[in-house]
Amino acid sequence: MKQIKEKHSVLMRWTHWVNFPLLTIMIWSGLLIYWANDVYSITLFGHTYVKFFPRWFYKALDIPAHLAKGMAYHFLFMWFFALNGLIYVIYTVVSGSWRELLPQRKSFIEAWQVLLYDLHIRKMQPPQNKYNAAQRIAYTAIIVMGFGSVLTGLAIYKPVQFATLTWLCGGYHLARIIHFILTIGYVFFFLIHITQVILAGWKNFWSVISGFEVIRSNKPMKIVPTASPENDEKPKED
Amino acid sequence: MMKNQKKTKQPLTIDQKIKRRNFLSLGVFALGSAAAYKGWRWLSTSAEELTGVTGGAQVPLRRALNKTELFFRNFFSRNHLVKTYPKAMAAKNVRQNSDIGLESDIVLADWKMEVKRANGELMYITMDQIKTLPKTEIVYDFKCVEGWDQIQYWGGLKMLDFIEHFGLAEETKTQYMGLMTPDKEYQVGLDMDSAIHPQTILAYEMNGQPIPLNHGAPLRLIIPVKYGIKNLKRIGYMTFSNTRPPDYWAREGYDYYSGL
Repeated sequence: MKQIKEKHSVLMRWTHWVNFPLLTIMIWSGLLIYWANDVYSITLFGHTYVKFFPRWFYKALDIPAHLAKGMAYHFLFMWFFALNGLIYVIYTVVSGSWRELLPQRKSFIEAWQVLLYDLHIRKMQPPQNKYNAAQRIAYTAIIVMGFGSVLTGLAIYKPVQFATLTWLCGGYHLARIIHFILTIGYVFFFLIHITQVILAGWKNFWSVISGFEVIRSNKPMKIVPTASPENDEKPKED
Repeated sequence: MMKNQKKTKQPLTIDQKIKRRNFLSLGVFALGSAAAYKGWRWLSTSAEELTGVTGGAQVPLRRALNKTELFFRNFFSRNHLVKTYPKAMAAKNVRQNSDIGLESDIVLADWKMEVKRANGELMYITMDQIKTLPKTEIVYDFKCVEGWDQIQYWGGLKMLDFIEHFGLAEETKTQYMGLMTPDKEYQVGLDMDSAIHPQTILAYEMNGQPIPLNHGAPLRLIIPVKYGIKNLKRIGYMTFSNTRPPDYWAREGYDYYSGL
């Protein structure tokens, strides 16, 4: 017997899918800006392990020498990115769906079990409600990251008018570094997210578009007659 | 008649419901994706603005820059001061990014700044006149639109003192101040609030020494509430207007305001 199980609200689905192209544009235009002063690298004891970014990377994405264009796009789409995030957060708070999303005290231990299970080290599946513990942590973290990007972005954008904010972000340099690291964080989030979505299968993916999942129960169908006259007449018709 | 009525009121079966909702979701998702793609195509292939005071940006993006400027100007206050640092922290090798406007010959002794007053009258101001006025120094973090910054030490005449001494109070009631190099190759336009910010300086010293030629001798603008692109070197002309004066980098696709 099939059953419709409501899973994702319309608002969650809209903000999710709207965010995807917005964040992509923000990262791309951010790269156009970062290129003009691409000073970051991972260097330990004088050896550079990763340079952000190598020349082939810039070339492949046609990044060089588009600073003005990058700023123009970044400062337009920042509005939509922030607004979309804000709508999602307000909705989550007001609707009460934050209860399914915020990590609980036990989530941090459970998330470890989720990781072991996903890596096929542990056999028993940890509790999976709408979201499991690892998902709660990830989907809350990504919102905190979003706020971080907006705030550090403002701190770099208007370091004089919003000097207090820049100070709270640890100064102009640290704010820019955090802004950059968060961006790298989104890319990692995306990679893990995509992997998990593929592993979870089509039904799970489709539910973020349709909003529901179809549950098949093995129990025989129970016919519940309703009191409405139309239904009462139904058997006669058949 | 009875039959018909029954048919329309027949509740959907579970399979019909699933089908209907899947179909609707797919439709909306496909339409939304198509709209997003169309919107992106429209924006990314939109025409570049005609070069006037601004240039080099696509029309919708320039509009967005200007609207965003209006929003963020609400947060501007002349009481918001740029953080200052001890002189010892100032860079010895002051970074220089461009020569635009400095490529023509100059005889420093003959230098004069032409100021066009509101009534059209021209004033010519010499370095001697400027240097007899009290000197103001600032050590602050100079920020380039490219993303780098450097703590620099500048000295000169505070713009507010300049305005007061030369009786330009009436002129500051206009909306914009325009500056140009003597060869008119480089120009900046400044909203008046930023121009008369208490930390804006007509600088003639760098690290306690006369400014070298490549940094804008004899007199340059230091405006800490703006990106470096607005800090014009070697001032030749000063104008006041209620419309945006020409601005070199705003014609190259950058934000006209470029305020920090």
